[in-house]
Amino acid sequence: MQLIFERSRAGRSCSILPACDVEKTALPETMKRASAPRLPMVSEIDLSRHYTELEKHVHGVNDGFYPLGSCTMKYNPQIDEEIAALPGFTGVHPLQPMDTVQGSLEVLVTAKTMLCEITGMDDMTFQPAAGAHGELTGMLMIKAYHQSKGNTERNKMIVPDAAHGTNPASAAMAGFTVINVASNEKGCVDLDQLRKAVGPDTAGLMLTNPNTVGIFDENILEITKIIHEAGGLNYYDGANLNAIMGIVRPGDMGFDVVHLNLHKSFATPHGGGGPGSGPVGCKAFLAPFLPLNNPAFSADGTYCLSQPEQTIGSVKAFYGNFLVVVKAFTYLLTLGAEGVPEVARNAVLNANYLRVLLSKKYDIAFNEICMHEFVMSLSRMHRENGVSAMDIAKAILDNGMHPPTMYFPMIVEEALMVEPTETESKETLDKVAEIYLGIYDQAITNPQSLHDAPLTTPVRRLDEVGAARNPRVRYQFES
Amino acid sequence: MSYIPSSQQERQEMLQTVGVAAMDNLFAVVPSALQIKQLNLPSAKSELEVSRMMRKIAGKNRVFSSIFRGAGAYHHYIPAIVKSITAKESFLTAYTPYQAEISQGILQSIFEYQTMICELTGMDVSNASIYDGASAAAEAMTMCHERKRDRVLISATVLPMVIQTVQTYCNGNDMTVELIPEKSGVTDIEALETMLNDKTACVYLQQPNYFGMLEAAEKVGEAAHRAGAKFVMGINPIAAAVLKTPRDCGADIAVGEGQPLGMPLSFGGPYLGFMATNTAMTRRLPGRIVGETVDIEGKRAFVLTLQAREQHIRREKASSNVCSNQALCAMTASVYCSAMGPSGLQEVANQCHAKAHYAARQISAIPGFALRNQGEFFHEFLTETPCRAETVLAKLAEKDILGGYPVSNGILWCVTEMNSKAQIDALTTALKEVSLACN
Amino acid sequence: MNIPQNLSYTKSHEWVLFLNETTARVGITDTAQQLLGDLVYINLPEVGDSVVSGDTFSDVESVKAVSDIYSPVTGEISAVNEELKDAPQKMNTAPYDSWLIEVKNITGQEKLLTAEQYAKICAEEEAH
Repeated sequence: MQLIFERSRAGRSCSILPACDVEKTALPETMKRASAPRLPMVSEIDLSRHYTELEKHVHGVNDGFYPLGSCTMKYNPQIDEEIAALPGFTGVHPLQPMDTVQGSLEVLVTAKTMLCEITGMDDMTFQPAAGAHGELTGMLMIKAYHQSKGNTERNKMIVPDAAHGTNPASAAMAGFTVINVASNEKGCVDLDQLRKAVGPDTAGLMLTNPNTVGIFDENILEITKIIHEAGGLNYYDGANLNAIMGIVRPGDMGFDVVHLNLHKSFATPHGGGGPGSGPVGCKAFLAPFLPLNNPAFSADGTYCLSQPEQTIGSVKAFYGNFLVVVKAFTYLLTLGAEGVPEVARNAVLNANYLRVLLSKKYDIAFNEICMHEFVMSLSRMHRENGVSAMDIAKAILDNGMHPPTMYFPMIVEEALMVEPTETESKETLDKVAEIYLGIYDQAITNPQSLHDAPLTTPVRRLDEVGAARNPRVRYQFES
Repeated sequence: MSYIPSSQQERQEMLQTVGVAAMDNLFAVVPSALQIKQLNLPSAKSELEVSRMMRKIAGKNRVFSSIFRGAGAYHHYIPAIVKSITAKESFLTAYTPYQAEISQGILQSIFEYQTMICELTGMDVSNASIYDGASAAAEAMTMCHERKRDRVLISATVLPMVIQTVQTYCNGNDMTVELIPEKSGVTDIEALETMLNDKTACVYLQQPNYFGMLEAAEKVGEAAHRAGAKFVMGINPIAAAVLKTPRDCGADIAVGEGQPLGMPLSFGGPYLGFMATNTAMTRRLPGRIVGETVDIEGKRAFVLTLQAREQHIRREKASSNVCSNQALCAMTASVYCSAMGPSGLQEVANQCHAKAHYAARQISAIPGFALRNQGEFFHEFLTETPCRAETVLAKLAEKDILGGYPVSNGILWCVTEMNSKAQIDALTTALKEVSLACN
Repeated sequence: MNIPQNLSYTKSHEWVLFLNETTARVGITDTAQQLLGDLVYINLPEVGDSVVSGDTFSDVESVKAVSDIYSPVTGEISAVNEELKDAPQKMNTAPYDSWLIEVKNITGQEKLLTAEQYAKICAEEEAH
């Protein structure tokens, strides 16, 4: 495929603006750019064809099964896109007077009310732009809380070794020392290890439940109690909410602060890596620490932006990825009280169904009733046939499908984590099982064919070592 | 409606295969005392009902036809092709391109975006985006953090929300933040010289600054470097088409808010943070970076590279936790820059400059609306106001004009290519009326 | 297994070459580079930094992982091998020629292994 710069031709352009209708002005010479930026010079047809070609080399949820564990790649409804494109939502400046943005504030406050109901929280900010951003926000709130009580020695954050990498990274960014606690043989938090890890310097625990191997930790109330009794707070990573929303609330499980990934359970599209949205909900006692400009009701019944008294400040400008919240809100209204738990039930049913079908041949890491995802281990296959999780994943690509998450969580060797979501049909799951089981047989009878995979994709296995040793991170124009 | 395809019959069949009698059995592990009896949410709605409800809510917002407000969010023309390309379903719904073999479309588009950011800033390497300009500034401070250098000096002429975000992040990374005073609407360089020492990690400057003024960026950079500190510039990407690049001003890192490159105002988001630096500091950049490579058949291809910097590998040792970024907004910026091209983008910048200066001449001639600061400005300028700013703005609102933003007892006006001469003249006429009414 | 006789070793797969009683060079062994795979980058400390025996002083990156390197001695860094920043692959192709740091004023060290002792440990690990 050509780069847009390779399609560029001198003198080509699109005609976008009218001529300037006021007198031209000039910048002082000393402030001017030496030469124009070398942006593409293309006509609109070039641009159209360029991106049409790129689109053929992209795999969206609309292209096929997307079982990425912990990513919740469910279908992204079209009505959400249409509503988010309404001029009433897109044409509003963030610094307009409050009485001219009551619609936007209604979206944020109503969405907050609904999400607080689902999570068992009392207040919420939409400012964080992604899950990790929400984690940082929550970590800073916990830090501010302990500081407000004079407990500056509480500087340790406990994180399970199975946690997503953003968890310890966020805790470290907030200035905490991370205490890793081992998982037990079921992939759940080891209670004895946890009791040993807490102390007067414990600020809190970061946890997701169900955990990263798709298991609901039945000791959850004991876990959160241990932390509370030690004087710490409990942070809930909402990445796996799709399994339990409408079934049980993080707030009832002993969590004090949570983040949600609207681009996961709440069906907003992933966009190739973003924009997402990572709202942070909290119990009332933490609400004073929420970021600035918190959407709320004012005394006269209109909507406003309030300033929490002991705010941590801001984690970005303005109020969050507003249009993403619009999409999630539209989705929530569609689901309603009946739809929310139905999503969780069917996400869990689909995952268990696929797990049972695949368990005919594959080793399932914890082969019991799972939540919305399950982990397969290719460790035995690797030892016996030399075929790794990577090889299986590449073979899946040759079948026109996106592979599951590879090599996560780190507590399972040669892991492939599968999350079908509730928006897949039974016949898709049957077809997927057929293909995966076929690849399993192939791995035994012809391992070399998997080492060579993928064979049918637009490009084959890439030289990542070369890319990292000698990074070429921009197009170089011939001088 | 929950977008669940399976029928009751199919669900029964699946339950049977799993070996449980009913859906509820799947949640037996959840303590029954915790299980929600009834969610207090409105009932499910059909698409038609939801559409009506949301359109009604959108109708409660007021969209002004004439916008003269900036202060961090800018009203620019978005070409139709930008919207149609970024609405393509595969681009919209794809995941992060970790499986490079089937994601060349996304990876190449990020590579193209990175190249365009390098061109705008004059830098060698760009990341694949971060949340917005403010968080980009905050992450840039961490990039400059050395063991013996933990002081951030940030100009008081920077957008207040950027300063706040930097302060918030620095509460976590143990850097101290000090404000460099403002003088006559620009950074007080003499004051800066007295503040620099061998513990200064970096100096952050915004160009054009919050008040629209053009700063003596090179002088600030030289002062920073003499003290052994890094120089970070936060820039406006439209202005970057015509202004001296951060590279040429001596910046080590260039960041900024990419919203003007094709993203609507949308009440504050989603926007786009860009970050670019020189080759030496490449590995300090947070977030994803796409690199060029070849596949086993020698074909050119693109791949996420330098991943060992990131959280999924370094965990608590990562310098940043960023995972999801603003990928589709980065694509929006690339399509916008390609649709405008170098001459088009410079035309936008020149029209912003010309119209702002036209407006400034007209407005400052009205009694009570003198310019606050003398000196070069780009497309924003601060004026005095003859009576309370709120009164002025309310009068303008009656004429469907969103006036400038109230800032330090004045009004910060912004003019872009979207403001026709007729709109500017209408604004001037309205302000003349206000001026008379105030006296 | 490539384990030169004239060097000392640690359980964490570093080698040590004493230039004199209080100065030594440290690198990673052939076994280490095999386990780590293709190395793409090394984060080296600065000259003048102090190192403590048993603590990490550096990390090396492969495409999908980061690994800590531990110092076998306590002292002050007198030199770092800048060459490795641009050519990390040398640690793969010539691990015993690619010293990472040189340490002077050595005041302590962990219990180092001889070539035979190290070879035994490697064999045990492989069998595992």
